[in-house]
Amino acid sequence: MAAHVEGQQHPIGIYLKIWGLLFVLSTASYLVDYFHLQGYLRWFLIIAFMLLKAGLIVAVFMHMLWERLAMMYAILVPTLLLMVLLGIGALEADYTFFTRGVFFLRGLL
Amino acid sequence: MPEGIQGIVADWSSDQRAFKNVPWGKAMMWIFLLSDTFIFSCFLISYMTVRMSTTDPWPNPSEVFALTLWGKKIPLILIAIMTFILISSSGTMAMAVNFGYRKDRVKTFFLLLITAALGATFVGMQAFEWTKLIVDEGIRPWGNPLGAAQFGAAFFMITGFHGTHVSIGVIFLIIVAIKVIRGDLDHERPGFLTGRKGKYEIVEIMGLYWHFVDLVWVFIFAVFYLW
Repeated sequence: MAAHVEGQQHPIGIYLKIWGLLFVLSTASYLVDYFHLQGYLRWFLIIAFMLLKAGLIVAVFMHMLWERLAMMYAILVPTLLLMVLLGIGALEADYTFFTRGVFFLRGLL
Repeated sequence: MPEGIQGIVADWSSDQRAFKNVPWGKAMMWIFLLSDTFIFSCFLISYMTVRMSTTDPWPNPSEVFALTLWGKKIPLILIAIMTFILISSSGTMAMAVNFGYRKDRVKTFFLLLITAALGATFVGMQAFEWTKLIVDEGIRPWGNPLGAAQFGAAFFMITGFHGTHVSIGVIFLIIVAIKVIRGDLDHERPGFLTGRKGKYEIVEIMGLYWHFVDLVWVFIFAVFYLW
């Protein structure tokens, strides 16, 4: 393995640019709250800024962009499983909310 | 080495190591971070589930975490400042890794120290936030005067776990900084509790952990504070 360079070496400028971009994105997500945006627009913006920031940190700061595919897939694909847990959680929460609604309504009648 | 899908097959079916070009310690840190991702996701998804299923109104984070500065009430400002501090520490960490590989001992040392200082500031602000919520607002893990009882449990569990990660990170940043300035990595001296030679890749491995802490905060900021 001596022929391969281990460790990541990139120009310092790319970190400064990403750093600046993260500042801009954080400010933007703060402004979403500051200007009291509501509804689907709020959700879309919050999730979009969140995923952009997460992507930049993982890709550049954590150097995932320059790793081999075997590494990328081993780390990033398992996290997709969490979508299943998210779906189950949302279904269960809706059902619980519904039964609680029925229960409390009965108490009122 | 082959690239693309062929590269994946070749790497995984090869002798000795699946992760080419990646030092052993770095691959292990990535796998640890993957498991930590699952832990934090369990917290955040459970939080989503209790928040969606409660029939009581959820306390408005925008107001709970507001601060009065210069006689004006600014929503969520404390959390915004904490976010900028953590992002800045990620920036200085990335530069520390870079100067580490250039074997620039002094710059790496100071950048690591700045990162640790920013991390400690973050934890300090979190302590301030917790004190404000517990003492002034009467928020407890089992209930609070503002609305849904689950608010306190979710808040203390999620931010507490994240704060613990930051605190551990600060301690390890200081340890790595001392190793760097002493020249342990230049002279390949073995570390504490290990016979492996010291190398500058430990700065990058430390960096992975630190960026992960920042990454988790991105998700907490979005789903806990901005929802």
